[in-house]
Amino acid sequence: MVEQAGGLSGGGADLQIQGVTKRFGDFVAVDDLHLQVPEGAFFALLGASGCGKTTTLRMVAGLERPTAGRILLGGDDITDLKPYRRPVNTVFQSYALFPHLSVEDNVAFGLRRQGKVSKGELRTKVGEMLELVELQQYAARRPAQLSGGQQQRVALARALINRPRVLLLDEPLGALDLKLRRAMQLELKRIQTDVGITFIHVTHDQEEAMTMADTIAVMNAGVIEQMGAPEELYGHPRSTFVANFLGQSNLISGVVKSKQGDEFLTEVLGTTVRASKVTSRDLEGDVWVGVRPEKVILQRPGEGRQEELNRLSGGRVSDVSFVGVSTQYLVRMASGQELMAFEQNTGERRPFAVGDDVDLTWLAEHTFLLDARQDVRAGAELGDGE
Amino acid sequence: MSAIRNWLGAHGVMLFGLLVLAYLCTPIVVVVLMSFNDPASRLGYDFDGFTLDNWTSICDPYQMCSSVGKSIQIGLMATGLATLLGSLMAFAMVRHHFRGRSTSNVLIFLPMASPEIVLGSSLLALFVNAGFAGQLGFWTIFIAHVMFCLSFVVITVKARLAGLDPRLEQAAADLYATEWQTFWRVTFPLVVPGIVAAALLSFSLSFDDFIITNLTSGQTVTFPMYVWGAAQRGVPMQVNVIGTIMFVLALSMVVGGSVLRRVREAPARG
Ligand SMILES: Nc1ncnc2c1ncn2[C@@H]1O[C@H](COP(=O)(O)OP(=O)(O)OP(=O)(O)O)[C@@H](O)[C@H]1O
Ligand SMILES: [Mg+2]
Repeated sequence: MVEQAGGLSGGGADLQIQGVTKRFGDFVAVDDLHLQVPEGAFFALLGASGCGKTTTLRMVAGLERPTAGRILLGGDDITDLKPYRRPVNTVFQSYALFPHLSVEDNVAFGLRRQGKVSKGELRTKVGEMLELVELQQYAARRPAQLSGGQQQRVALARALINRPRVLLLDEPLGALDLKLRRAMQLELKRIQTDVGITFIHVTHDQEEAMTMADTIAVMNAGVIEQMGAPEELYGHPRSTFVANFLGQSNLISGVVKSKQGDEFLTEVLGTTVRASKVTSRDLEGDVWVGVRPEKVILQRPGEGRQEELNRLSGGRVSDVSFVGVSTQYLVRMASGQELMAFEQNTGERRPFAVGDDVDLTWLAEHTFLLDARQDVRAGAELGDGE
Repeated sequence: MSAIRNWLGAHGVMLFGLLVLAYLCTPIVVVVLMSFNDPASRLGYDFDGFTLDNWTSICDPYQMCSSVGKSIQIGLMATGLATLLGSLMAFAMVRHHFRGRSTSNVLIFLPMASPEIVLGSSLLALFVNAGFAGQLGFWTIFIAHVMFCLSFVVITVKARLAGLDPRLEQAAADLYATEWQTFWRVTFPLVVPGIVAAALLSFSLSFDDFIITNLTSGQTVTFPMYVWGAAQRGVPMQVNVIGTIMFVLALSMVVGGSVLRRVREAPARG
């Protein structure tokens, strides 16, 4: 039922944000934003704090007016429509449950205002919805008498019951502890698959975005840096911000020498490194040559020579940290740069020790190339924290 | 020795609290007791004997019940108008950004900050200059009471409104409620406790007021003025009956309110 979203030209685009800009005084919160969210997609908007995620959602919900640009839903321009005229509902960052109404009345609020269903039907629907979020026995309580996780589910039920075209979720799991958060992630994903409504899920937790979404848009300082399926964003980052924000990356300075078949040949630290054209941007001259730490296999110098592997020699292990499922190595190269390598603790190989000489090897298809003009540290501090 | 100290350590705060409560309640206890007093002489304030006569002949003292009626009438009317106007003002001052908003915020405090005797005498001067000289009475008292109740209403309702999360109204709009529905379904129910508190405060301020009333009343006699006048000759015991009734009414409103809230907030099931 859920259509796989693919890139900017994904089919059946339902929500379109066209060149939307939002200024608060002189401050540009959202800058010329273009987005297409396919119908029925689980779309994650990922970005650091203050990058304009909430502002974007508020404009879609109609709670904020764009300074410029248009917002279309299924082809209709909704830019100037009042919030209560849009088939869009929001789960607010702070839930915003009505404190004077019972759980039941909170959930029934939207349907009552629309006045399209009979009393009996309303009761049935509210009952079903409370069952979906497993809150039947709390129907008569006030929001203040519920735990954070239960309130969050009421907020979800209150929005979902209206069967909106688009459901906006603004960091709905932010206030929950890690365990409940993981449980609610699965729950949300299940509900979305069940009801088939377009979900736009805002988060600054990259892991959450990758587990839940079909499509992720990484936002930075009011613009979308890159958008695509989680595997695509992770495997083929197109900017240093995405490479660092979404997981971790080794970025090494190199030069593109030639193109050969479906590969680029680059020179890195005096050796030739091959990069697949599929994963890399078509660049010339100076580049950042990137590889994810878990894709790197450490070898003893000269050992296990395989022609199809990229190989950087002359490294020395400078730090080893054991994290259970894997061991994380820091390898200092002759140039002074430290590179990361994560090795699975399968027990097959003898672990390396600090001071061991090693070669770093990886496959050409795990190499990506980025523009050398971009800041190599962009997004690093932000992404690592989560 | 140390046993006493331990006991004091554990119960000292409680003991102190009870003493303060006793201090606060003593005048009320005296009023209630006096309402059952059978005084030996008109000028005596001693408790000479128990009787129910005061309760069965409340309206016997000349003018007393009519003055209570006048006070209640003025109190209700002034409360009504002051609460309505004051609530509207509070909404305007919290929700709208207009020229002179901060000035209005300061001006609102002025009637609360000025001494009543000054307000009363200047009102008297105003009324006389405006040509009401021979007609001081019910309506001039009413106007004066609305004036000083207004500030208290604005301040009380404003505090309640300022504490109201604007996202609740946005959530209502998001859930298909028009501006009108949002107001009546969300904003108003959440602000109503503030409005009720403001109304109760207004009523007791108005019912109680002596200084301003005395200066603007002409021939009209309200309850506080009656008591003041009677005190020169000896206060009739029925005044204590009125005091007890007012106290019981206020108490039952407060208790009733909190019981109602308990009942409403307690989950019916689960
Ligand atoms: N009403 C406003 N007036 C002025 N500036 C605002 C307003 N609302 C948001 N901003 C600014 O716009 C920027 C983006 O805010 P927004 O709330 O969209 O961030 P966000 O991405 O949701 O962040 P977070 O992850 O912390 O929720 C912030 O720098 C914020 O200070
Ligand atoms: Mg936000």
